[in-house]
Amino acid sequence: MTVDLSKTLIVMPAYNEEAVIDQVLTEVYSTNPGITCLVVDDGSRDRTTQISSQAGAIVATLPYNLGVGGAMRVGFNYALANGFENVVQVDADGQHNPRDVARLVAELSDADLVLGARFAGSGDYEAKGPRKWAMIVLAKLLSRSAHAQLTDTTSGFRASGPRAVKLFAQHYPAEYLGDTVESLVIAARAGFVIKQVPVSMRARAGGTPSHSPIKATIFLARVGVAMLFAFLRPPVKEIGQSQL
Amino acid sequence: MNPVQYTLGIVASVATFAIVIEMLRRRRLRERHAGWWIVAGLFAIIISVFPSTLRFASELLGFEVPVNLVFFLSLFILFLVALQHSSELTQLESHNRSLVERLIVLELKVKDLEKQTSISQSNNSD
Repeated sequence: MTVDLSKTLIVMPAYNEEAVIDQVLTEVYSTNPGITCLVVDDGSRDRTTQISSQAGAIVATLPYNLGVGGAMRVGFNYALANGFENVVQVDADGQHNPRDVARLVAELSDADLVLGARFAGSGDYEAKGPRKWAMIVLAKLLSRSAHAQLTDTTSGFRASGPRAVKLFAQHYPAEYLGDTVESLVIAARAGFVIKQVPVSMRARAGGTPSHSPIKATIFLARVGVAMLFAFLRPPVKEIGQSQL
Repeated sequence: MNPVQYTLGIVASVATFAIVIEMLRRRRLRERHAGWWIVAGLFAIIISVFPSTLRFASELLGFEVPVNLVFFLSLFILFLVALQHSSELTQLESHNRSLVERLIVLELKVKDLEKQTSISQSNNSD
């Protein structure tokens, strides 16, 4: 399968990822020859910026931590200012398989937003307990609002098409969980076509996943609040011109 | 109420009001942040100069102890001020974030242009 990736920008939010980012970038470039990759160093206190730029990525170094949402906003704005049509978000910790980037972008031909879903049959990622229930409820709610069958709505592995890039550059939520959950609500209410593609997730190359029941419950509560306000807020309108 | 208390009340309320006005005059406080403080200062002056207004108002509203009306109003105003501050903080954060976004995009553009000019210069010198 060959997909033109010249108009596609990979945005990789990174926070203290010096241990793995070199390896992740090398894999991104070897599996997607010729692609442009923007690493957004989200106020790291290690050598993430230097290592990424040596690995050949364009590096945006934020002066202080803005969170994944804030980092993605920078990515969308960079894409707009530099003529990229599609943005693919890839985690810097090696969780997402860069081989799937082309598959996500291919689906953008008839969708505005494509999610790489972890539970859709491929790979062996599984959540348990309250976190799993939260994700199921969330998926049901968002599927209804997006008119699509979505199973993994908190996935950070996603591709945005030209319409979504334009909208997200201005309206991507910067709060925690806003970047994954609320952005879907914004996209659905703007009438975007949302699709999901099964992808396999791998164990993180670095960092530790959170699995404590207390954390899961807090996660559940925060998801609830994020969802509630996402629907209570007035829908955002698409604007013709870019911010810059 | 003895004359000392009476005077103390007036001095304190006038001082509060004067400080707010002086800060506004020196541009240490913007008008839109000063609104609640001016309202509070004016109330304090009226009540300290004419304590009967407080008694009258609390009787009218059914407060048995007049000072409870003062506490109620003070709490209410302080609550609104705190809420306004939280909202302005949120706004400032989002303005700050969009400045960072623009700054970063411009920074990358400058780097890119620098690279291009250094390439074209080295080409010219060859």
